[in-house]
Amino acid sequence: MAETATRTVTVNNPAGLHARPAELFVKTAGQFEAKIEVIKNGQRVDGKSILNILTLAAVQGTELSLEATGPDAHQALDALSELFARDFDENGTVKS
Amino acid sequence: MQKLQGIAVSPGVAMGEALVMDNEGFRIPRRFVARDAVEHELERLDEAIHAAGAEIERNRAAVFRELGDQYAAVFSAHLQMLRDPALRNELDAMIRERHYSPEYAVSRALRRYAKVFQTIESSYLAERANDVIDIEKRLLRNLLGRRREELAHLISPVTVLAHNLTPSETANLDREFVRGFATEIGGPGSHTALVAEGLEIPAVVGVGPFLTDVSGGDLVIIDGDHGLVILQPDEETIAHYRYEAEQHKNRAAQLATLRELPAETADKVHIELLGNIEFPHEVEHCLERGAEGIGLYRTEFLYLGAEAEPDEEVHYQAYAKVMEQMQGKPVVIRSCDLGAEKLTFDSEAARNPTLGLRSIRLSLKNLPTFRTQLRAVLRASVLGDLRLMFPLITTQLELRQAKMVLADVMEDLDEAGVPFNDNLPVGMMAETPAAVLLSDRFLEEVDFMSIGTNDLTQYTLAADRSNKEVAGLYSSSDPAVLRLIRMAVETAGRLGKPINVCGQMSGNTLYTILLLGLGLRRLSVTPGSIPEVKKICRTVTIPQCESVAEHVMSLENSRDIKSYLREELKKILPELVP
Repeated sequence: MAETATRTVTVNNPAGLHARPAELFVKTAGQFEAKIEVIKNGQRVDGKSILNILTLAAVQGTELSLEATGPDAHQALDALSELFARDFDENGTVKS
Repeated sequence: MQKLQGIAVSPGVAMGEALVMDNEGFRIPRRFVARDAVEHELERLDEAIHAAGAEIERNRAAVFRELGDQYAAVFSAHLQMLRDPALRNELDAMIRERHYSPEYAVSRALRRYAKVFQTIESSYLAERANDVIDIEKRLLRNLLGRRREELAHLISPVTVLAHNLTPSETANLDREFVRGFATEIGGPGSHTALVAEGLEIPAVVGVGPFLTDVSGGDLVIIDGDHGLVILQPDEETIAHYRYEAEQHKNRAAQLATLRELPAETADKVHIELLGNIEFPHEVEHCLERGAEGIGLYRTEFLYLGAEAEPDEEVHYQAYAKVMEQMQGKPVVIRSCDLGAEKLTFDSEAARNPTLGLRSIRLSLKNLPTFRTQLRAVLRASVLGDLRLMFPLITTQLELRQAKMVLADVMEDLDEAGVPFNDNLPVGMMAETPAAVLLSDRFLEEVDFMSIGTNDLTQYTLAADRSNKEVAGLYSSSDPAVLRLIRMAVETAGRLGKPINVCGQMSGNTLYTILLLGLGLRRLSVTPGSIPEVKKICRTVTIPQCESVAEHVMSLENSRDIKSYLREELKKILPELVP
């Protein structure tokens, strides 16, 4: 039985989950074996699909649930929520 | 089902599979693939994704070198979209299970995403629609490669949907297969619209952005009578239009019986009905509807359709063909009415083209080209009743210059012993307010005058008919335009010179009663309108028309005028109310 983990995150960067953050999210999600889904108000999409994530229209302030199922579910959610915690490096603190 | 309102420019209804042309003129086809070709098609998709990916990588690397990571990031996002596993699953399923062609699957899937993004309120996110469309184009380019199909080489009936069609693209549409077309931009009276009318295919322009909502192969209805484009019509709508098409056919059959009957009002006043044409093959359209002649032969297409400037022989062959078919009936050839921007890529000329170097002004600046056309016209003048007309005359000096060039060319032909009609009737278009205001002086120097209502309306009301923002101002039934028409007709009557109206107004059944009431006895119309206009002529009396015209001239604006005319027409021939 695969392990399922859930986490709630908030989009804080002003432009929302637009192309660059979405790209970063998908790239990160892709490093894990677990199946990853993103849920916004009941709309559930594939976390490894940038197109799907963009259709969520997650603007600043949106609350999202991340759900991971698989052997590395917890590690995946740690890495992904870390992205939200540092605002995808977009709030003036651009990582060099 | 989605109903879109555009501007009706050529009547009739077309129903059929959509052929969607994007901004770059790509055709997006629907082709179902055969069951045993599925694996091969999936490989083609793989290759296209791979090639598109390599292109994006190259762009990314170049931008990264020049501008750094921040800017290159957008390409990383493109790459991810291109290689998106969810997208790939969708595409595979469409090709495997529904047997869609990769092209169709790509365009369908990505346009669906684009549409979702467009509805997103955050402008930042909504811009992603452009990314998706960019990827779609990239994939299609790779999939279609050299197999890209041209509008001119169709093999099955289609309705063409495009951002824009140039007049020459429109002219080159394959009439056998193109049932109708609709474009996102354009306005009434644009050249594209005129050509559509000439081809007698239903057309709607100025629909606004809609191409992302449709994929090649979708069933589309183009209602050129009401300016509607209907995407994915429901059963009821389809049935309605089938019924309409049937009715239309019956009506056309009835009107065809009018062919041999004279165009005469109920009180026996003869009305000369002439046809407007653009191409020699349209002579047939005129003759089969009983036109008494060609009131306007536009010659622009000799210039637009060709790669190089047409030589004298090209002109002559076209004119000779028309003259022969018309067998002695009058043919009015109008000299080139193009704008400089259509012939050159001079951006100076294009800045304000309608007020710039165009039409007779261009001819007078470009004498060798003008003389070539005049030589051909003169040579053809011995083949029947040919008359020459100069467009856009604004000052008397222009008219005299044009006539001088003509006299000069005549002299040359005379010296060379080439036969021509030295009494060639010469007329002018009245399509600027200046030409109408001085019509008494102009008419002293020409044999006839023809009112070009399209340009006259545009110049009187200072509104570009192809600019959607101001197209509402443009109306041939504006009281100011009508006063000018009346003035020209009265002046011509006083001086005993023939005058007619060409342009779209004369072919619109709404205006027939008014035009007769204003004193016109000659109308030059789109061939397709001849039967209906004739039917109206045969139903009304001149005093009846005059009283309608009198009332019209007392009304305040074009909207009131149109609705009054609609009511009047409804009283006598309700089935002809446009």
